[in-house]
Amino acid sequence: MASLHTLANPARFLKLARPLTPPLFWAGVLLIAYGVWGGLARTPPDYLQGETVRILYIHVPTAWLGMAGWSGIAVSSLTFLVWRHPLAMIAARAIALPGAAFAALCLATGSIWGRPTWGTWWQWDGRLTSMLLLFFVYLGFMALLRADDDRGGDGRIPAIYGLAGSVLLPIIRYSVVWWNTLHQGQSIGLTSSKIDATILWPLWFTLSGFTCFFAAIVLMRMRTILARTKAEARMRRMAHVVEVGA
Amino acid sequence: MKAKHQRLTLVVLALAAVGGASVLALSALKDQAAFFYAPGDVKKDGLPLGRAVRLGGMVADHSIQRLPDGVSMRFVVTDGVATVPVAFKGIAPDLFREKSGVVAEGSFNPDGSFTATNLLAKHDEKYMPPEIAGKMHETKTLKQ
Repeated sequence: MASLHTLANPARFLKLARPLTPPLFWAGVLLIAYGVWGGLARTPPDYLQGETVRILYIHVPTAWLGMAGWSGIAVSSLTFLVWRHPLAMIAARAIALPGAAFAALCLATGSIWGRPTWGTWWQWDGRLTSMLLLFFVYLGFMALLRADDDRGGDGRIPAIYGLAGSVLLPIIRYSVVWWNTLHQGQSIGLTSSKIDATILWPLWFTLSGFTCFFAAIVLMRMRTILARTKAEARMRRMAHVVEVGA
Repeated sequence: MKAKHQRLTLVVLALAAVGGASVLALSALKDQAAFFYAPGDVKKDGLPLGRAVRLGGMVADHSIQRLPDGVSMRFVVTDGVATVPVAFKGIAPDLFREKSGVVAEGSFNPDGSFTATNLLAKHDEKYMPPEIAGKMHETKTLKQ
């Protein structure tokens, strides 16, 4: 009965994920393209930063997805630990690599912006250091997943790690409030923004675009993992049949 | 059903413990993790003499003096509570200007002034096109 239950869920998931992947992917690509065009060609430069301000259309979405990725891993880990949902750790596994990639992109674009604006590529301030830590935590998670697979674990240890790593998220978010940092404070709130509307608007396109793109990548990776597990199970069964037959 | 609830309680308790531990660790770090001293901190806690520190604040209006040698300058850093005179020799970043944020790396002198070896411009969270910035500047000067 239990095995039936575990099988039913991935099947229902695949029924949803398969048709959802291409539209998410292409919507993401189109939104990013429009946002980048708007950000490069249609918005005015900033009064102080000049043209360097335009990196924000990439930097902010990558920062958001680097952090949203870990939120996803934390929620998946919780779901796995408490409800033993079979898809949960597959989702966490699928998020790890794109999440790490976006965290790295966030650090790289920030550094490129920092050189002309602050006059330095890197400083050990609260925001920069905590974001770098998140990137390392991603790498650790991927290593731990692999180690757990090697010793035939059930994913419980990576799940605990995924949950514990979420303490970094509020630290990154509030680092600019708690400590005086080189990084500026929050520009965009829920209701108001300190970025002028003429500069801000392409950001909504790149933000939603990168989010759709990220979701499409995660769905693709989840489908790959599921397909691989299925193939492995079939191979094992075939090997068993051969053994029995011989 | 029972085991599920047990696991949920366990996870929530563990999260609360880890969260509490990090809050304690962070509040203990509060002073050490600051990226720079503000002039007000120095006034309150005394001069951190004899070691390399960072001083951060706003460059006071009309305070930048460039010296005749072409590479040295003096300016005043303020945070609204106190002010610190700074001497610097070298190349300042493009965004270094009056009434704008700065972080100076260097050390304090016994007389309370600061000798900087490197300057970083601190950008604030406001972004706007040049036309609007110009207008704001105008209205402000009109009022004064």
